[in-house]
Amino acid sequence: MLEPRTPVLTTNELPKSPLLDATGVAKNYGAVAALRNASLSVLPGEVHALMGANGAGKSTLVKILTGAINADAGRILIRGQLLDVRSPAAARRAGLLPVYQEPSLIPDLDVLSNLRLTGTPVEPFRAWVRELGIPNLDIRDTARDIPLAILRVLDLARALAVEPDVLLLDEMTAALPANLAEKVLEVVRRQGDAGRSVIFISHRFVEISALCDRATVLRDGSTVGVVDIEPGIEEKIVEMMLGTRIEKTRVAARAANDVAVVGGSRPRLSVRNLQLGTKLNDVSFDLANGEVVGVFALEGQGQDELFATLAGSIRPTGGTIDVDGAPVKFSHPSDAIQAGIAYVPGDRTEALAMQRSVRENIALPFSAGLRKWGPIRMRREQVVVSGAIGRLQIDTRAQGEVQRLSGGNQQKVTIARWIAANARTILCFDPTRGIDVGTKQEIYKLLRELAGQGKSVLFYTSEMEEVQRVCDRVIVIFGGRVVDTFPVEEADEPALMRAAYGLPRGARADVGILADVRPASDAEAAS
Amino acid sequence: MTDIATMPQPVSFGRRIKRFMADRPLIPLIILLVILVVILQILRPGIVNERWLANTAKFAIPLAILAGCQTMTMLTGGIDLSVGTVATMSAFIMATQIVNQDPAVAFLLAMLPAVLIGLVNGIGVGVFRVHPLIMTLGTSLIGTGFLQVYQRTVIASGAKIPDFLNWLGTGVTYGFPNALLLFVPVAVLIVFMLNRTGFGRLLYAVGDNERAARLSGVRYWQVIVALYVLSSLLAGITGLLYIGLIKAPSLSLAEPLVLPSVAAAVIGGTSIFGGRGGYTGTIIGALILTVLTTLLTILQMPEGGRRILFGFIVLFVTAAYLRIVEDR
Repeated sequence: MLEPRTPVLTTNELPKSPLLDATGVAKNYGAVAALRNASLSVLPGEVHALMGANGAGKSTLVKILTGAINADAGRILIRGQLLDVRSPAAARRAGLLPVYQEPSLIPDLDVLSNLRLTGTPVEPFRAWVRELGIPNLDIRDTARDIPLAILRVLDLARALAVEPDVLLLDEMTAALPANLAEKVLEVVRRQGDAGRSVIFISHRFVEISALCDRATVLRDGSTVGVVDIEPGIEEKIVEMMLGTRIEKTRVAARAANDVAVVGGSRPRLSVRNLQLGTKLNDVSFDLANGEVVGVFALEGQGQDELFATLAGSIRPTGGTIDVDGAPVKFSHPSDAIQAGIAYVPGDRTEALAMQRSVRENIALPFSAGLRKWGPIRMRREQVVVSGAIGRLQIDTRAQGEVQRLSGGNQQKVTIARWIAANARTILCFDPTRGIDVGTKQEIYKLLRELAGQGKSVLFYTSEMEEVQRVCDRVIVIFGGRVVDTFPVEEADEPALMRAAYGLPRGARADVGILADVRPASDAEAAS
Repeated sequence: MTDIATMPQPVSFGRRIKRFMADRPLIPLIILLVILVVILQILRPGIVNERWLANTAKFAIPLAILAGCQTMTMLTGGIDLSVGTVATMSAFIMATQIVNQDPAVAFLLAMLPAVLIGLVNGIGVGVFRVHPLIMTLGTSLIGTGFLQVYQRTVIASGAKIPDFLNWLGTGVTYGFPNALLLFVPVAVLIVFMLNRTGFGRLLYAVGDNERAARLSGVRYWQVIVALYVLSSLLAGITGLLYIGLIKAPSLSLAEPLVLPSVAAAVIGGTSIFGGRGGYTGTIIGALILTVLTTLLTILQMPEGGRRILFGFIVLFVTAAYLRIVEDR
């Protein structure tokens, strides 16, 4: 883990002029205020955290600063000059560069063409890519074929290559495997040391206390405070983020009585020798009723393909899937849904019709079958949908269009859909990626509740602590194979990590060796 | 630590109007329609009377139904350029078959090519994933070719317009055009279908995010095949109505309506990228285009100038409308 950083700057010794100074920024979407009165002041050489709960307005503020959307009110100064960010290009000229949560390389172009598109110098880019822990990138590779985690790192390298004065990182380490995340944090820290500023958005306190000098906290679209990062500040920040709804932030580890009774002799889902080209190799496991099984893996070990296969999106090339003891063959997601298996993808944009309402999105599976094309029983639908909305506590102020909801609320909608459809098995792929602490807790709680009702959940996560919080059992996948299975009590971080890197149980491994292991490319080389 | 607490700035009046419009996209359209009618009345005082209203409705209705086809297909991110050919085929076959056939048989024969073309469009787009623009353009050309062949076989028998279609297309009862008897149910059905049926929901969902629809269990090809067949059927019926209005069967009868029907849907706020829009806007869009045509006609400009102006106005209106209702 990272050592806490010695603060180089505190509010007591402010240099005269901030590099970036935004005040009174406001933005409305229809009747919904996404930002009311946000301000953000970043000093030269500072790594500045931007924090806030779900829907507090972080993403909106970032988009305004980078010219992706226009503010309704407010003033943005850069080096004391009024900045009129009307477009991303204008922000770029002013030295403001973002790296968003979603990868921004054009999928159909190779990396080199993507660089040319933005006028990024190639050599510095390559240097940064190596620096960030990817030694053998082929810049002729088409972006589409590059795994998500690597794409995010390439985005960062592309931004670094033009030496921006202010780098904006939105959830940069989310969905990154530990070795890459480490490198990213290191590079961010060096940016600060080199006198460049970084605005760092993250939900992970460990990273923030290790990296950042100060934090600006947003709540309900307004800046509620700016604090120096010092030991013990976490509680205060959480209090500021949550405002009146102060809750205990530390979740108790899963209470013993919450462990579902794993009942029934027949497993709900039984996978045997599943094969998918070179991506999945002889995968076998069971999922019982009332059980949450975690899937833990480093990026690109076949977990995407496993979920897609179980969801009916891809046909396996071998092996069997049994549901309630009967063999099934899925040729379309609707077959899986018919069998009561629902898939919640990690990427919300894959699951939601963004321009449609919360209600339509939740009710979408109701209309899917040919027989359900007729008139909708609106009142009954309303009851079912609002039941699901209530259960997940979705913020419905902007329910007219899902794209106006915050990321966390969007994620809730993707899950609410299957609560409403009463799916018996839910395949959750990294459902908490890039959403705030409060919502994460709610999702953990919900998954446990579902298990308590006898439903079963397959849960992929890239965060180790989630495994302990939510799962009954964990299977670890490496190179397309299930390499180990742990009951949750034995799934401590070293054990999971070792298994995830393909090392046998009990083997000694220190971080130095782990950092050199490149499982993604190994698996590709083997294929 | 510095606490910041200032009041949010008041929202300007212009912005409030813009937001009001953004939440009710029909209002700016209706305002535009009224403005056009007022201009017309100023240029030719007294022209806006009962007879003019009935006439405008008569010409707007076929356009509005074809624009309904475009609205539905555009919601899925598609387009149906074959509606003109389908309408022409139905009209032409009806007019020629009625001479020797029982009306019911003639009607079925007239609708047959509509169903076939719709089916082919649907399978091409939904199963073989041909781009809707190319697919429907292709079937449209093929249909026109068949119609030319067909024309030679019936050249001897001649053509006539059935009385009923005549009555429906041109007749006026108590000041209301009879075509409303067809249009009102069709419009109500389309609006109901889009808002209150599973099929309607799927059109929006598929157009907004096909992948999300698939993950929710929607089979794309089913939706698309049903959609294009429905679109073609509506186009065929429009053809029958249109022949009653124009009264001169020709091989390019409804062709001039195709692009205006797309324009009406776009002006009415339906996104050509799918997932967004509705039929009520389209109806007003069709009315706006019809009134605009009248307006340009009474200006007594040469045909070329009229077209140029028409194109510019459509572009301007669409761009302005999108600026008003899209709150970015």
